[in-house]
Amino acid sequence: MSAHSSASASATSSPLKGYFAVWIALLVGTGLTVYAATLDLAPYNAAVALGIATIKATLVALFFMHVWHAGEKLIKVVVISALFFLLLLLGLTMTDYAARLWS
Amino acid sequence: MPDSSTATGLHTGAHNPALLHHFAEPEQQRDAASLGMWVFLATEVMFFGGLFCAYLVYRRWYFPDFAAASKTINMGYGATNTAVLICSSLTVVLAVWAAQTARRTLLITSLILTMILGLAFLGIKGIEYREKFVEHHVPGASFSFEKVPIPGHPDEYANPRHAQIFFSLYFVMTGLHALHMIIGLGIFLWLLAMAWKGRFTPEWHTPVEIGGLYWHFVDIIWIYLFPLLYLIDRHL
Amino acid sequence: MPNPIPQPTIVQPAERENYLNTKYGVWSWLLTTDHKRIALLYLISITFFFFIGGFFALLIRLELLTPAGDLVQADTYNKLFTMHGMVMVFFFLIPSIPAVLGNFLVPMMVGAKDLAFPRINLLSWYLYIIGGVMMLHCMLTGGVDTGWTFYAPFSTNFTNTKIVEAGLAIFVAGFSSILTGLNFVVTIHRMRAPGMTWSRLPLFIWAHYATSIIQLLGTPVIAVTIVMVAAERALHLGIFDPKLGGDPLLFQHLFWFYSHPAVYIMILPAMGVVTEIIACFSRKRIFGYSFVAFSSIAIAVFGFLVWAHHMFVAGMSVYAALVFSLLSYAVAVPSAIKVFNWTATLYKGSIHYDAPMLYAFGFLGLFTIGGLTGLFLAALGIDVHVTDTYFVVAHFHYIMVGGAVMGYLGGMHFWWPKISGKLYPEGWARLAALIVFIGFNLTFFPQFLLGYMGMPRRYYDYSHMPEFQVLNVLSTAGATVLGVGYLLPMIYFLWSMRYGKPASDNPWNAAGLEWKTASPPPTFNFDEEPVVTWEAYNYEELDSPDKDAPHNEEVPVAR
Repeated sequence: MSAHSSASASATSSPLKGYFAVWIALLVGTGLTVYAATLDLAPYNAAVALGIATIKATLVALFFMHVWHAGEKLIKVVVISALFFLLLLLGLTMTDYAARLWS
Repeated sequence: MPDSSTATGLHTGAHNPALLHHFAEPEQQRDAASLGMWVFLATEVMFFGGLFCAYLVYRRWYFPDFAAASKTINMGYGATNTAVLICSSLTVVLAVWAAQTARRTLLITSLILTMILGLAFLGIKGIEYREKFVEHHVPGASFSFEKVPIPGHPDEYANPRHAQIFFSLYFVMTGLHALHMIIGLGIFLWLLAMAWKGRFTPEWHTPVEIGGLYWHFVDIIWIYLFPLLYLIDRHL
Repeated sequence: MPNPIPQPTIVQPAERENYLNTKYGVWSWLLTTDHKRIALLYLISITFFFFIGGFFALLIRLELLTPAGDLVQADTYNKLFTMHGMVMVFFFLIPSIPAVLGNFLVPMMVGAKDLAFPRINLLSWYLYIIGGVMMLHCMLTGGVDTGWTFYAPFSTNFTNTKIVEAGLAIFVAGFSSILTGLNFVVTIHRMRAPGMTWSRLPLFIWAHYATSIIQLLGTPVIAVTIVMVAAERALHLGIFDPKLGGDPLLFQHLFWFYSHPAVYIMILPAMGVVTEIIACFSRKRIFGYSFVAFSSIAIAVFGFLVWAHHMFVAGMSVYAALVFSLLSYAVAVPSAIKVFNWTATLYKGSIHYDAPMLYAFGFLGLFTIGGLTGLFLAALGIDVHVTDTYFVVAHFHYIMVGGAVMGYLGGMHFWWPKISGKLYPEGWARLAALIVFIGFNLTFFPQFLLGYMGMPRRYYDYSHMPEFQVLNVLSTAGATVLGVGYLLPMIYFLWSMRYGKPASDNPWNAAGLEWKTASPPPTFNFDEEPVVTWEAYNYEELDSPDKDAPHNEEVPVAR
């Protein structure tokens, strides 16, 4: 990952625009989540809420944490691995709970 | 793919005093620190993950009781806290950019703003906890959740024992998150002290970057906690 | 009064400045950031805990000499097997190879001056010590009686013993493990010397990389489980209490999600050691390098998919049990691949039977038996009968002791000249290896038979089936022999530090960057940064009679 300090003058303003755009998107997403929670979207309320949360988290990771601009793939591999193992924990545990014939 | 482990062999001028002896180049040191923080954040994902797993199991089992319990926590405070953390993430990226571009005043201002927002978050959290304490929703001997209707079924009451599980998870998850916030505030206080002394330059500001990564992670955890804890069946 | 040993006439490595003599004084050790010194600090600490855990094992075996429960009371016996398990798993097996051999060798094997984060490395050791002291205090003030698995709701609601303190001790030691893993991953990615590509890395490094992945991703889950247990105990939350709507099986899911991969933390480093030893003492490059490397990663990943095979009879869904049983069969495949590759390496190799190789052979046979009996347990039909019997106990001791501990001892012997600059006495070492092997099998093979015949584990009294006594007596006799076998290396390693013959840089004529520097190494490992242009395990070159062959070492194997 090379330092951004050698970027030209015109390039130094572009990260700022991007940051503010992401910030606005995050706030809009929060408002949207709250609004969607008041609507009856059963049975999709949870899916919508978590979907918006995932979009917000992805924006933070990609742009605030600079994963989008990472020079090598390693950081992306670390992030994806962590998510993979989390989903493993959640998913395989649920195979037990979902397949029990008693509650 | 650049191999950061290869020393290029050319030392340009004097060593940056922050370069540690076992690294060949400042870039190597910086890449090591960055990878180290990312790997640590992966461990934190699994740390919170255990709690998310417990939450998932019991939410499925006791959905109506969870909905009833969720309705009693203040959605306004939760949404406000979400916005507060989002703003603090913005001030963090501004701090990093300020360090990259040698803007000392902006750096210090952004660090201070981040900390103020973090304290605001904790303050609102404190108000919420106090509310729960007053309503006897804190799990333990004084827990009471009698005759609370299930959303959408006004003639059915929530099972207090299952509601207690919701609040147990609520307090452990948000409590652990708040603990991470407090640690984050400590880290940023230290960053502020270093920035005040002028220790960060465009060539070396690694602590700001990796401190920022930690803060963003804590924000991401809250981005998930908010809908999961506060927004169960709010439309009913 | 013994005469002092006369000084040999060759230049002694001890006169050269190395990491041992560069600074003296307690604080130069307690505040060191040198990975080699930290490795020795760990060596002393884990040996201490090994003997504590072994002491509990001795008491268990003494109780089981007779069918009646006549040595200790039932509650005390519960504490004995609990403390044996907790100390051995968390304070010996999990740190052992990574913290001692890994810390010492990983930077040298990749050609670096130190790990990526030396101060965090020191912090890791202090966390281990703090956790260890907490565990000691817990044991001395009453201990824990839940079994090392501290299942809820017994651990959360019913036991009166010091669960929270033991849990906190494990929590703190767990962070030591996480930070070690973090250090290794970053070091292996970022600190390799020029020319040290991934495919030139020793397989010891691949094994430790895979181990670190497990440490990083698994340990946090047990950490948060311990937090939940502590909260449940303190506040009666009901997360695991059926009376309050909780599910005890959730505890087991979260516990085993870490604790199964934990067994791979314990075995993978030993496999890495065995790979290095087999290559060196067959004078051959490892057969199927990429297979062995990727099988380490596969074990790390697959190991996270199988945890519920510990819960087959606990009340989980039978359909999920089917899935986990199938996955447990799959996880055996990468381990088997390694065994095949080691065997193929031995084939037509020039075998030398030095002590490290004896331990490696022991590992091969005993790990295979342990692993195959794991497949017995993975089959649902068999597991229903032998679960919670001595069959399971024998299975995991074959892997943990017959596998991991043998690997650890083999590694200690192999790298002892590098670590201490001295040679251990080879005759005594071979004898000790033989005693360990015999003692081990005498202790644990009868336990397979006992379990198959139905003797339950964690019982202090088996007077309802007195015919078990013969096998138990054999097992206890074996344990005594095993104890002698473990004491011998302690004695002669210490002896060799003062009286052992000085070792050359590469007494085994082994491949690997660590053998290209002095024994013991200087503080910064290499006099100048190595540049790697050769493949791993270049034994053909090392043994080539052509003295001008690149990287040829002239030093013969020392005796």
